[in-house]
Amino acid sequence: MILLQLAADGLLLGAVYALFSSGLTLIWGMMNVINFAHGDFVMLAMYVAFFAFTLLKIGPIFFVPLAAMALFGLGVLVYVALVRHVMRGPMLAQILSTFGLALFLRYAALWAFSANFVSLPDNLVGGVYQLGGIRLSASHLLAGGTALVLTLGMHLVLTRTDLGSRMLAVSEDRVAASLVGIRAERMQALAWGLGAAATGVAGGLIVLFFYVSPEVGNAFTLLAFVTVCLGGFGSVPGALIAGLLIGVIESFSAYWLGPATKDVVVFALFVVLLWVRPQGLLGRA
Amino acid sequence: MRASLRRVLIAIAILLAIAPVLTQDAFYQRIAALVVLAAISASAWNVIGGYAGQVSFGHSVYFGIGGYAALLAFTKLGLPPIAGAPLGILASFVLSAIVGLPSFRLRGHYFSMATIAIAALAGLLVTNWGYAGGAIGLMGPATPRSPADLLFRSPLPYYAIFLVVLAILLVLTWWMERSRMGFYLRAIGSGERAAASLGVPIRRYKLYALFISGAFTALAGSLYAVMIGFIDPDSGFGILVSVNMVVMAALGGAGTLFGPLVGAIILVPLEETTNALLGGGGTGAAYVAYGVIIMLIARFSPGGLAQFLPRIAARKSPRAA
Repeated sequence: MILLQLAADGLLLGAVYALFSSGLTLIWGMMNVINFAHGDFVMLAMYVAFFAFTLLKIGPIFFVPLAAMALFGLGVLVYVALVRHVMRGPMLAQILSTFGLALFLRYAALWAFSANFVSLPDNLVGGVYQLGGIRLSASHLLAGGTALVLTLGMHLVLTRTDLGSRMLAVSEDRVAASLVGIRAERMQALAWGLGAAATGVAGGLIVLFFYVSPEVGNAFTLLAFVTVCLGGFGSVPGALIAGLLIGVIESFSAYWLGPATKDVVVFALFVVLLWVRPQGLLGRA
Repeated sequence: MRASLRRVLIAIAILLAIAPVLTQDAFYQRIAALVVLAAISASAWNVIGGYAGQVSFGHSVYFGIGGYAALLAFTKLGLPPIAGAPLGILASFVLSAIVGLPSFRLRGHYFSMATIAIAALAGLLVTNWGYAGGAIGLMGPATPRSPADLLFRSPLPYYAIFLVVLAILLVLTWWMERSRMGFYLRAIGSGERAAASLGVPIRRYKLYALFISGAFTALAGSLYAVMIGFIDPDSGFGILVSVNMVVMAALGGAGTLFGPLVGAIILVPLEETTNALLGGGGTGAAYVAYGVIIMLIARFSPGGLAQFLPRIAARKSPRAA
């Protein structure tokens, strides 16, 4: 029974990992740039949600979309002001740009919000459901369910709509896409917006049951890396499966090895994976 | 232009060598010692991160190994801390071989992601390693038992030691710059596939570069532990240790001989004075600034000041260009 319980907890958390990781994989797939600030976007979204609740007194129905919109704006801004200019520059510039951004966001947050851990009240989304002996808290269910639906939604948008086809065209061949009248710049800005909005929703959901501090971003960045790497760079369905898997692995290793070492397993998995199969489990070589 | 630039830099180097002797203020002498120490690790990072273009965000692992080797030699074996430095360097070679061989199949972004993960992993492991003090860390000798403990009240002896190490590293880098290895590394840095197609033995030379880079970073870690007399997971393996190396090398000019030194001369006094003025909150402020500096470099001048300043000079006097 405990195994089922752990698996259920892991899957619900993993769905949220899948959501913000699909943002990272979308950005990578469109323009082969890694967002080293991805976890710090999640951190920022958590603060947006936290302050929306404490200052504006609005609940998750409003603060999750608010965080998504705020991060969408940030993503587009980062693309237009920074990434667009370094994309064709040397590798050093590409890598340093978002790493500098991560540093800036993390320490600006430290400065503005202090290093204290803050969290929303436990009973904001209260209640526990019993399902055949498994206890599922309402906040986890809400977060996991929403994340799952939105990740699938993102996959559908990318594969089933005209907009998705245009984005795919740009990721396949930017010049050819421009020749048939697709605005490549706009598609890439949109990819950054959507990728960041995914962290916005994920941050707004995680904050329902997880504390916020300026430093939480680093762990989320690495979680997004390992998820994207496991699922294959550029693949949203891959990120979904990998995210769920990572959530379960984390949940089990926290139970068997203790919460302090749960990240050791995941990070070690990432390092091994990068060595033996950098294209991911589902990715193409 | 280039020859005169070099002359200016040599003049600056000489000035730097004698500067702390001119002041009696221990605060400034300490900053000078820290500048040279930071320049050592940033110059070491530069060999792999600048010349070979493999942007490592995980060099803190080497720094931490060096620092822990020094203070483990003291706490566990009763040796002077500096006796741990060769052990740290040895360990750095082993780590370079283990980590470098597989991760060098990874190019560009993948390599940088792997280094972040390895550093995070190392930090977590050390924090949970009770033998090495866990989260609390290790202390050096409180009072000197012998001159070999290298415990000085004045920062000047440290400054002299660090300067010698920096000089050795810079001469080595200078020699490397104009040897076959320097050309190979720059070829790798500017395009790995192209370099491979020209017959550059990529993995071998990247590994050589990592050996040099890691060994000197580990030595810098040992020297840090000897001077400060304390190391913990954050000051040894924390991501900010890596950030310092990256930002200093990138600001001065990644892949240039004196770039990391110039970056250290600018940034260390800045960080130390904001720390002194703002106290604990100062660290945050310094890293907000570092983030902005890194973004500005990436956006406007990936070659750092070494690329930026000549461009300004050329614009001011069109005839010189």
